[in-house]
Amino acid sequence: MKAKFKLSNLYLVFVFIVIYLPIAYLIFYSFNTGATMDKFTGFSMKHYTTLLSDTRMISIVLNTVVIALLSSLLATLIGTLGALWINQLKRRSAKNAVLSVNNVLMVSPDVIIGASFLIFFSFLGFKLGFTSVLLSHIAFSIPIVVLMVLPKINEMPRTMIDAAYDLGASKWQALSRVILPTITPGIFAGYFMAFTYSLDDFAVTFFVTGNGFSTLSIEIYSRARQGVDLEVNALSTLMFLVSLLLVVGYYVLERYGHSRRVNRNKMMKGPNAQ
Amino acid sequence: MEMQKKSFFMVPYLAWIALFVVAPMALILYQSLFDITGHFTFSNYTSYLESTTYLKMTFNSIWYAFLITFFTLLISYPTAYLLNRLKNKRLWLLLIILPTWINLLLKTYAFIGLFSQNGSVNDFLRFVGAGSHQILFTDFSFIFVASYIEIPFMILPIFNSLDEINPSLINASRDLGASAWQTFKRVIVPLTMPGVKSGFQAVFIPSLSLFMITRLIGGNRVITLGTAIEEHFLVTQNWGMGSTIGVILIIAMFVVMFLTRERKSKGGQSR
Repeated sequence: MKAKFKLSNLYLVFVFIVIYLPIAYLIFYSFNTGATMDKFTGFSMKHYTTLLSDTRMISIVLNTVVIALLSSLLATLIGTLGALWINQLKRRSAKNAVLSVNNVLMVSPDVIIGASFLIFFSFLGFKLGFTSVLLSHIAFSIPIVVLMVLPKINEMPRTMIDAAYDLGASKWQALSRVILPTITPGIFAGYFMAFTYSLDDFAVTFFVTGNGFSTLSIEIYSRARQGVDLEVNALSTLMFLVSLLLVVGYYVLERYGHSRRVNRNKMMKGPNAQ
Repeated sequence: MEMQKKSFFMVPYLAWIALFVVAPMALILYQSLFDITGHFTFSNYTSYLESTTYLKMTFNSIWYAFLITFFTLLISYPTAYLLNRLKNKRLWLLLIILPTWINLLLKTYAFIGLFSQNGSVNDFLRFVGAGSHQILFTDFSFIFVASYIEIPFMILPIFNSLDEINPSLINASRDLGASAWQTFKRVIVPLTMPGVKSGFQAVFIPSLSLFMITRLIGGNRVITLGTAIEEHFLVTQNWGMGSTIGVILIIAMFVVMFLTRERKSKGGQSR
């Protein structure tokens, strides 16, 4: 029994090693003095200094961040409005129908989304570049925002909104003072997911980017096709740190949202208890 | 007044549905009915169905997607099962999911270094006396890297379905005299089938449409449906044929979703 327990732990350790080995490997060789990923000849930061003086790379990083920030912001706005609209649909069948349309882009393979958006843009005579990438990123992020916000709206007790109306709130007041604050955690979660979707996307961007505009994924792809380049390793170390910060930030935010809600519940229960 | 507000609410969202969900899907179907010179024709479909190259490619793509899904499941089920018995299982699960936040391209790029002729894997093989091998640009490396990337998406749903199992069901099974193996086979496995099915969906469909890994790791030896679409659109510029393969991929996607749908069990869990 004891041996079996040890064996199972060994299996998990093995899985964790396999999962993290490639990432550790990339980071390790980013400090290599040499230029290859097979012989570590000494510690140096030179690939980081090349990276930081590479103006082309820096402008691509900026492009990627601008696209991610803008697309996730707009997708969150449109997605939240969409979730509010879906929630107030009366018929259950209508709700389900809209939700399945909403999920089409969630389940479609990236290649299909990319190819169909490319046809769409060229059909409209749209020039490929920043705007087409931005629009595509907004488009594929909207459904995830809806899926993150909608459960929060459904969780909200119907009586709370009725109470707001009974107390004389206008439609707008009920929305801005009662509904939106309650679903804020969902909106934040949606924004975060949209942001990481945009940062990570390769396939869709690859189709709609055209010639002049490039994001990080596209740039890494074209460099990787030419072989190993330790500047990419340095970049991946930095990106790994950013993703780590994002994930930690997200969890802190979620915790904060959660504890705030708990506090508010306590406050609401307070007067009743008296 | 109220009507106006309602219509204001739904305008951007409905515009998104019309412009970015319905229109592109309709256009891909429309485009598939035109040949490379822009004439309306069914020739793309007939040449797809008559050409052994296309049919073989489709069969190969499905076969590789099956292999990737199979190996992913083989690794993920025990992992999810063992994770679920750990003390801080949520934290461990988070650590398994964490790599999915790292850019896909970077993870793929890491394997170019690991698998190269003088890479660490070959160093290790030489060290244990197995000699060096060509690993990069083989079927093995393609399946390995694709499985590596998909594993978290398989572990997550299986973990969740294991987590939802009511422990009293397992106790009941043991009390009624089932052995550990019988309990596993008759109680745990059936109860985790929904998780396995959604994991299957989450891995199989993307595996059919991979195109970046086929090139960087598979060295273009494996042509998946995704690679074929990408090449028709961006290399040979034959959008009609690319769209036709796209339609085939969409059909394959619906078939997979239909086969792995959640069946309503009669009488069983009534909530």
